Amino acid sequence: MKDIREDIAWAKINTDVLKSLENPRKLYWVILFIAVAVFGVGVGCEVYQYNMGLGVGNFDNPHMWGLYIATFIFWIGMSHSGTLLSAILHIMHADWRKPIYRFAEAMTTFSLMTAGLFVAVHLGRIWQIYFALPYPNMRQVWPNFQSPLLWDAMAIFTYLSSSILFLYVGMIPDLAICRDNMHSGWRKKLYAVLSLGWEGTDRQWRNFRMTYLTIACFLIPLAVSVHSIVSTDFAASQQPGWHITSFPPYFVAGALYSGCAAIITLFIILRYVFKFEEYMTKSILKKVARLTFAIAMVWTYLKWVEFAQAWFGHNAHDQHLLIEKATGTYAPFWWMMNFCASVVPFMLVFKRFQTNIPVLFAVSLLLNLGMWLERFMIVAPTFADGFYPWTWDHNQWPSLVQWGIVFGSFGWFAILFMLFCKIFPSVSMYEVKEMVYHRSLETKKLQALQAAGELAAAGKGAH
Amino acid sequence: MSITTLFENYSEFRHRHPDGDVPHNPYKWAMAIDLDACSGCNACAVACYAENNLPVVGREKFANGQVMHWMRIERYWDHDGSEFPERGARYLPMLCQQCEAAPCETVCPVGATNHTPDGLNSQIYNRCIGSRYCSSNCPYKVRYFNWWDYPSTDNVWPAEMNMQLNPDVTVRGKGVMEKCTFCIQRIRGAESDAKTQGRLVRDDGELQTACQQACPTSAISFGNLVDPESRVHKQWMAQQVELNKHEQAKDEEPGGSDLRGYRVYEWLAPYPSIMYLERVRETEI
Repeated sequence: MKDIREDIAWAKINTDVLKSLENPRKLYWVILFIAVAVFGVGVGCEVYQYNMGLGVGNFDNPHMWGLYIATFIFWIGMSHSGTLLSAILHIMHADWRKPIYRFAEAMTTFSLMTAGLFVAVHLGRIWQIYFALPYPNMRQVWPNFQSPLLWDAMAIFTYLSSSILFLYVGMIPDLAICRDNMHSGWRKKLYAVLSLGWEGTDRQWRNFRMTYLTIACFLIPLAVSVHSIVSTDFAASQQPGWHITSFPPYFVAGALYSGCAAIITLFIILRYVFKFEEYMTKSILKKVARLTFAIAMVWTYLKWVEFAQAWFGHNAHDQHLLIEKATGTYAPFWWMMNFCASVVPFMLVFKRFQTNIPVLFAVSLLLNLGMWLERFMIVAPTFADGFYPWTWDHNQWPSLVQWGIVFGSFGWFAILFMLFCKIFPSVSMYEVKEMVYHRSLETKKLQALQAAGELAAAGKGAH
Repeated sequence: MSITTLFENYSEFRHRHPDGDVPHNPYKWAMAIDLDACSGCNACAVACYAENNLPVVGREKFANGQVMHWMRIERYWDHDGSEFPERGARYLPMLCQQCEAAPCETVCPVGATNHTPDGLNSQIYNRCIGSRYCSSNCPYKVRYFNWWDYPSTDNVWPAEMNMQLNPDVTVRGKGVMEKCTFCIQRIRGAESDAKTQGRLVRDDGELQTACQQACPTSAISFGNLVDPESRVHKQWMAQQVELNKHEQAKDEEPGGSDLRGYRVYEWLAPYPSIMYLERVRETEI
């Protein structure tokens, strides 16, 4: 099974991909409308919360953070695999990433934008959010550089701006193709502006390659640092269940894991909707599935490290919390998290499931459910069973307002992603061409070698 | 907006008290609470409500855990098998411990909670953006968040009731964190009175916190830990409790000790400013 057919004509690649930018079907508008409605639910809840105060979310004294922070980590985490595919695998010359990295990179950007919303929604005084940035002011007040939340804000801003830049720079040759092939209209003008006068000269390609590689190299340490910094929100605090040394790698592994699962989900959807079977092949899907399994195992290992640390650390509070997680109020969620994120990935071991699209789709959704629960299980139980016994007397469950905003965030992500897929090519045309070319060269070489071998075996070689 | 101010602010508002053996300031406000004297009557909590303009949130929000008592009396039932009328309980008045190395201070993204030179853990309502990280990192959970808009939407103090509000204390709007201030309005008043008269605040009842004033059994004493004549200082000395240690003489003595002074969660090393005097129970004598 080959990653891509080697005799696809370049013109066919153009027409196939550009077809995805043509006027959408009715179903597209229906789904977009649903996404807007879902987002509307979230906006409505936020407006209500803004007016009434955070109390409508059913927070209380020990339960200070609820779904917002859990979902914030979830979306930040999801953004990491785009960078894995586009930057890390780029540097490692894994060319099978080429047909699928564009939408993964878009996923990175949009999930970061979604995560950013939660930072704001979470605040008690959202209208003062700019206090957290070091903006020039007359009273010479600085934000507190000791606070992991401030590192968070800075890391996310940096990561978001670099991701947008990376997505855009990588798209320039494709935007030029769009510019040259589109009927006139606002989109042609847009592509003309965005493609920055790309003509495909040698000099442009050389500069382009250099720029792309530079941003890729810049982005890789960022991707690792962003989720490490998110983990310090917990690891740098003093609370049981949070104050754990292994959190930074654990969070990064979790991020790559949920991101890879999301890539499988979107891969399958795009492949089906845009009929990209020629480019998003089952062979590539198999590679992503294997990658997901590998990361799932790394994550599971690190999770056991976390449990072991709590259990063998001889800290009564950590042990109490771990027991509470497994047997207390949160036990159903905790066991479901373990099942979804550590047991379900074993489905991916079997070869017949690695290319079975319905199974993979279901598995990828389950994995992400597990990863969302994992974030919830990091945030919530520490509040319910923290240091102070006086706070152990009651549970507090998130209200519908909180759920509504979490629900709405999926609508927001879907809106952004759907608009992107219709305005920008979600498969990288120039890189697929490269891939086809390189693969066919390799095949030719191999055939030549084989032929030479046969000739030599027959004693008819040149020498 | 210069880097210099950043570092100056850092050194000024993150110091510990005392630094070496030298106090930064003529004052270090501290407390001692005698649990043997505490009868759990809740007068301190009521006084705190009156003094600090705390909203009375009502039955429903109380059940929701959104109560705003800066000073709370915690009740811990005995587990000796007896039933209610005979069953014993212990009380623990819990308020902000005004930690010297406060876990809440370092995590605030905007620096809304800081250390004052006289050893208080201050909270700047105007600066707070409501990230609630301070409360998450507080080992004692003594920080209270304004989940609702108590003064306006919730109308906790309707027209005729707002006359009871203490004019020296702000009324907090929604979305900010608040907590016990050691009655900072009284402290500042006494400090400035003393300053104009060219002396230090005396330890003769010139300065009392609202909870201390209301306590019928005088379980709470409050004062300047730096002043060797103050009652608080003498109590801390008698119990051999030192501010900048995270293990006290009481715990170090093998086989138990006659000392009663301890601080809650001392081993986490937040260096709290409140010393509790352990209850002496009949069964233990």
